[in-house]
Amino acid sequence: MLEDLFKVVTKRFNDDSENEQDKKHPKKKEDVFKCPRCQKQIPFEMYRNANKVCPFCDYHGRLTARERLKLTCDKESFVEYDTNMSSVDPLNFPGYAVKETEMQTKTGLKDAVVTGECTIKGSRCVIIAMDSNFMMASMGSVVGEKITRAFENAIEKKLPVVAFTASGGARMQEGIISLMQMAKTSGAVAKHSEAGLLYITVLTDPTTGGVTASFASLGDIIIAEPKILIGFAGRRVIEGTIKQHLPDDFQLAEFMLEKGFIDMIVKRNKMRSVLSHLLKLHGYEKEEA
Amino acid sequence: METKELTAWDRMLLIRNKNRPTAKDYIENIFTDFYEMHGDRLYGDDQAILGGVARLDGIPVTVIAQIKGHDLEENKKTNFSMPHPEGYRKALRLARQAEKFHRPVICLIDTPGAFCGVEAEERGQGEAIAKNLAEFMTLRTPIISVVLGEGGSGGALALGVCDALGMLENALYSVISPRGAASILWKDASREQEACNVLKITAHDLYNFGVADAVIEEPNGAAHNDLYKMSENIKEFLLDNVTKNLQKDIDVLLDFRYNKFRKIGMFQE
Repeated sequence: MLEDLFKVVTKRFNDDSENEQDKKHPKKKEDVFKCPRCQKQIPFEMYRNANKVCPFCDYHGRLTARERLKLTCDKESFVEYDTNMSSVDPLNFPGYAVKETEMQTKTGLKDAVVTGECTIKGSRCVIIAMDSNFMMASMGSVVGEKITRAFENAIEKKLPVVAFTASGGARMQEGIISLMQMAKTSGAVAKHSEAGLLYITVLTDPTTGGVTASFASLGDIIIAEPKILIGFAGRRVIEGTIKQHLPDDFQLAEFMLEKGFIDMIVKRNKMRSVLSHLLKLHGYEKEEA
Repeated sequence: METKELTAWDRMLLIRNKNRPTAKDYIENIFTDFYEMHGDRLYGDDQAILGGVARLDGIPVTVIAQIKGHDLEENKKTNFSMPHPEGYRKALRLARQAEKFHRPVICLIDTPGAFCGVEAEERGQGEAIAKNLAEFMTLRTPIISVVLGEGGSGGALALGVCDALGMLENALYSVISPRGAASILWKDASREQEACNVLKITAHDLYNFGVADAVIEEPNGAAHNDLYKMSENIKEFLLDNVTKNLQKDIDVLLDFRYNKFRKIGMFQE
């Protein structure tokens, strides 16, 4: 019965064959997925086929940026911006250059965000997808610059922006330059907003630190996926401050909804259609063929 | 200046000196007619951030400052200068008021960081900081900020989107506390001294990165040596930048402010 449920969920998204990357690595090292929320285990294959949603507790797991784009954009509509931008090591920070190279090899990405333009059920938009597999999608110069350019392109073309956020925060290894990316991206959002254009943020697991404290919290509409982590300070830091164990639901999407910081929680299998409706509701209609 | 030879850690010890002047000391010495304004009109009045109206050499200004205490009692009151969201929202309220009356905004930064606690999360610490970054970027009046001692990450930046940023000679401004960096980097918080020197967080570092616009000299190597002279130096920086920016066309000023942050970033493509 569980399998049937997966088939229903996956059917909508799997309009083409399996991910190429998955074909190349059919056997992952971890064959079992253990849900960080309910701790239950399922075969990884099954988890992946359910678009990385835990079938027991509805935790929406972490997608790569490419997986996200595939689930969101109209087929073959995505055109990527700034494909070759990569970081330098401005502080000569211990271990940073090596780590960057390692991450690039591991993820096939240059840095932690993919930006570009696409259509969603016909509505054109600028799209941003952060990838937590790349240094926990921390924001350094590359992430900050690509996001800023994405907003600037959107202003120029009068397009709405849809941003899927995920981040551990500012990238320590680039020091103060990383911190300034918070101001830079927020400034770009402010300009986009002044131009009267729509910005939708979709918070995904985990959206924390300097990204929560900048462009992720600035959407006209803020959506979150179920059971994902949203916060400014890390859980362990807070527990260290108050010397108490925090309740399990602290900083989850549902908690943030109750506290009034997000507009809605949307399941992954409904996301594309919700985004499409909201875009159209704001006048971003289907393009002429 | 021989104090250029001091390491970031040496400066950390200087700014942790309990005699180091706080924003309150400077406000008394730099401004006249200071009237404190309380509260964010939403939740409460955060004592970590003090705000009000005053005159700077006769010019009406709005002052927003993070307040460290000189002793434990004062620090308890001001939460060791770690603001809650209502502090940032008070700052924004006063900044908007300044905009309405065409007063420049002066921000005095001195915080280990935004407070990390349950209530701060429940009331949206991230949202409060984010909102300030976006709103300060488009605020239609000059904003001049000075880092007095500690510039702790997003908690400092929330008052740091400005037209000119000054840093006191021994002040530090960092994306993460050296302690935090050490515990991530080497899983050992006690190596904070090492981390402090790796992070490039001194006023001269930030001047070289183009983040700080001026390094404000401390009398005989440390602010607490001469509060009067230190206040004079800060006042000179403020007055110079307030008058300069008041003369600019506001749209030119806003473009300049946007580009000041827009150009920060080092990458290749």
